[in-house]
Amino acid sequence: MGLDFSILPEYSDYFLTGTLWTLALTALSMFFSISGGILFAVLQLNRHAIIRWPTSFIAWLFMGTPLLLQLFLVYFGLVQIGIDLNAFVAGVIALSLHFAVYNSDIIRSAIVAVDSGQVEAARSLGLSNFQALRKIIVPQAVANVTPALGNMMIALLKESALVSVIGVMELTLSAQRAISDSFRPFEFYIAAAAIYYIINLGLEQAVHFAERRTARYR
Amino acid sequence: MDIQLIAKVWPFFAEAAVVTVEISVLAILLGLSIGFAAGLGSLSHNKLIRLPVRFYVSFFRGTPALIQLFLLYFGGPQVGIQLDPFEAGVIGLGVNIGAYMSESIRGAIISVDKGQTEAGRCLGLGHAQVMRKIIIPQAARLMVRPLGVNAIALIKGSAIVSTISLVELSYTAHRFISSTYKPFEMFILASVFYLLIVTVFSYGVRKVDQRVAMD
Repeated sequence: MGLDFSILPEYSDYFLTGTLWTLALTALSMFFSISGGILFAVLQLNRHAIIRWPTSFIAWLFMGTPLLLQLFLVYFGLVQIGIDLNAFVAGVIALSLHFAVYNSDIIRSAIVAVDSGQVEAARSLGLSNFQALRKIIVPQAVANVTPALGNMMIALLKESALVSVIGVMELTLSAQRAISDSFRPFEFYIAAAAIYYIINLGLEQAVHFAERRTARYR
Repeated sequence: MDIQLIAKVWPFFAEAAVVTVEISVLAILLGLSIGFAAGLGSLSHNKLIRLPVRFYVSFFRGTPALIQLFLLYFGGPQVGIQLDPFEAGVIGLGVNIGAYMSESIRGAIISVDKGQTEAGRCLGLGHAQVMRKIIIPQAARLMVRPLGVNAIALIKGSAIVSTISLVELSYTAHRFISSTYKPFEMFILASVFYLLIVTVFSYGVRKVDQRVAMD
């Protein structure tokens, strides 16, 4: 059986909806994984061990196990305790949790990396702890954090393909549906790969832009 | 938590963990070989080598590993490549991680001080000799840690081969979740094995890193 890419346009609807779902999935998971990452980072820097330890344990557990397994845990596990989520929501939760843990590691080390003299200086100028955090620490930490966080978000886009396994009609599953209709896996997976690649390029540009914008806070 | 169930099914997980280790080790070895070749190739002065290598790295780092695996396993037969799930798993994961490893290797090579190359050339060594005798030995110690990170990502990433029905840890977890409706127990059980594998492996990487850092 030879290759025939001329069949692809016929299925452009599949690719369009698939791409939109992938974008939605990725964008929502990015937002929640960064918010969650900040929360985790702050909790892990807490001075009370009773708050620090459980968060560290969750971080260790989620960093040491595959995303696919976490996806199963969220999707099937919540059903077990009586919460029936649709696959999309489960996918967003699993992706967000998984990447929140990695993000928190990046964010935490960026906060720690800001010289402690900066806080002391701000405090002696009469700023409160909160003001010092908001006006002095955070802007510097944001500049430190942007490149690594950007890489994580690029990884998130690619890992979002895994969500097809629990039945979210994103790009990968859309390609599979088109394949079960056309019996042409090679052409459709190449096309899906090309779309991921293009989104990836766009995301890389966005990350470079963010890096340039935040670099001035250094 | 259903302890009795865990006691009953853990041997299946242990068996599956062996498959996960096998596939990961083979894929890591394949990835290292490809990574070295591509890492050096991407620094080549010859465009005919450099450009195809850069394209390989960019394609495999820019698209999901799952799509690459499907392309190989389901799309392969269309272009005359017929593989069983184990072969497709090793090759799919290895070729994917090879792209990331080549970047780790390239990064290590270019972070060796430029003066080293210049000094080597001044002493009359050829380009290849400088690479082999001066740059690579120094780059080797810089690349252990990033390659270790790549390898550990691969061990966790190997879960995706469950989607082409290779019976490894994640496949086993999924199967038992479907048959017992106990996702938490199965997650914990599979996690224990993954954490064990990853911990042992990280320890090994740390030991190697200490060894090469000392001399």
